[in-house]
Amino acid sequence: MWKFLHKMASPPYFYKLAKTLAPWFAVPGILLIAYGSFAGLFVAPPDYQQGDAFRIIYVHVPAAYLSMMGYMIMAIAGGIGLIWRMKLAHAVAAAVAPLGAAFTFLALVTGSVWGKPIWGTWWEWGDPRLTSELILLFLYFGYMALRGSIDEVAKADKASAVLALVGAVNIPIIHFSVEWWSSLHQGATLLKTGGPAMDSAMLYPLLAMILGSSLLFGAQLLRRVRTEVLYRERRTRWVRNMILSPEAPA
Amino acid sequence: MDKLAMGGYAAYVWSCFALTFAIWFFNGWLARKRHRAVYRDIEVRIKAVEERL
Amino acid sequence: MNSAAEQTPGLLAGLTATVRRDLLLAWKRPGDVLNPLFFFAMVCTLFPLAVGPSVEQLQFSGPGILWVAALLAMLLSLNSLFLADFEDGSLEQLLVSPQPLVLLGLGKTIAHWLTSGLPLVIISPLMAMTFQMPLESIGVLMLTLTLGTISLSMLGSVGAALTVGLYRGTALLSLLILPLAMPVLIFGARTVSLAAAGDVYSGGIFALAAYAVGAVSLAPYATAAALRISNE
Repeated sequence: MWKFLHKMASPPYFYKLAKTLAPWFAVPGILLIAYGSFAGLFVAPPDYQQGDAFRIIYVHVPAAYLSMMGYMIMAIAGGIGLIWRMKLAHAVAAAVAPLGAAFTFLALVTGSVWGKPIWGTWWEWGDPRLTSELILLFLYFGYMALRGSIDEVAKADKASAVLALVGAVNIPIIHFSVEWWSSLHQGATLLKTGGPAMDSAMLYPLLAMILGSSLLFGAQLLRRVRTEVLYRERRTRWVRNMILSPEAPA
Repeated sequence: MDKLAMGGYAAYVWSCFALTFAIWFFNGWLARKRHRAVYRDIEVRIKAVEERL
Repeated sequence: MNSAAEQTPGLLAGLTATVRRDLLLAWKRPGDVLNPLFFFAMVCTLFPLAVGPSVEQLQFSGPGILWVAALLAMLLSLNSLFLADFEDGSLEQLLVSPQPLVLLGLGKTIAHWLTSGLPLVIISPLMAMTFQMPLESIGVLMLTLTLGTISLSMLGSVGAALTVGLYRGTALLSLLILPLAMPVLIFGARTVSLAAAGDVYSGGIFALAAYAVGAVSLAPYATAAALRISNE
């Protein structure tokens, strides 16, 4: 077990492993997303409160979930890199940031579009999750801005890891404070659908979308980390040998 | 056809799905493009050094 | 029986020495203390001018505006927390001193709060009067500002340590700290609003106090780590 982890931490090993691993994430992910989208759009019955507008849930919830997962990966990878000084962990943190930010943005846009027919406005400050999501986007921007403003890679890695950890500790607090704040303002309608429990015909496509999106996210992350590793290790011997050897590129 | 109309919410639902798939594809395409650019860049440098030796 | 260890100052002495030093420096440069204070006062004056003198409106939005002004004033002053020491090399001295960096960072942050947060709390009643806030809520305002500015100093010290010496450090510091400061802002401003409306506000006070305790106990470690990283 330890031997496996040690090997995993080695960039050249990870570089090769990620290449073969990525399709195993991507293909099931794409299939699940295809099923989830189709079933969510055409098979699931319309919601008794929101009609067909609720179908946006099938893209909004996965996006929101990925935005959180992305930040957690960023913080944990940063922490591992900081504590155990694993270069690879820092590469993962750097690679996941733009992906997580993209899905945060997607969650905000789909949440806003979903809100228009439900609340009548493009933005509802009373919805705590949208507000928390907006703050999360700023956290991502801060992280990427900090990384971008430090030239030395090692220093940027460590500084942004500290920032990500501080942010991770604050995220539950932010969420709690925003919920408290919006609860003071009565009458805030939440983006929930269906009755107390979701109809299984509605639920299964949603679960498929969440799982499929996570898998595809993992595949894209593996590819991004590969690029990050390749760039960081561009002056090493193993990269040199790999490029000069007569085998298939990339 | 009225399946596609989404009970009148067509613009909202379809725009969200379209944006979602656009982001997935864009991320995938961007990642591949960057990887190839980085690889080619390193390849050029290393081979240039090799030529000189 | 190590004579050097006997001569090395203890932890408390190190802490108070750091606080004293920074307070002395601030005394010699009153501008550093007064600027954010004037900024706070100006913002509190600008809003009634811009929004109109309607008493209802002012009373309604007063707590929020006061709190945002305090937050921005704190951000302004945080930038210089480590900057002067970084530029003249004394920060490196702090890093290699026998005192734990956590304590020294805490000392500097305490001094920062004494010179930035505390003055805000002291003149806040004056600003509250410009917003025609009811007398009872002014006490709550001062309490929330005390707890809140302590949290902000602590949180801000982490950001200041991460961005010290960076190009465009000020803007970056704001971008880093503002999202993290939202809970403090929310609890602070809304608690004062509740108090002004006569509602129960103890929940907010407890939340602010809990945050402040958490910040004071955890932030110094992050600040120390960030200082080491920034000074490599």
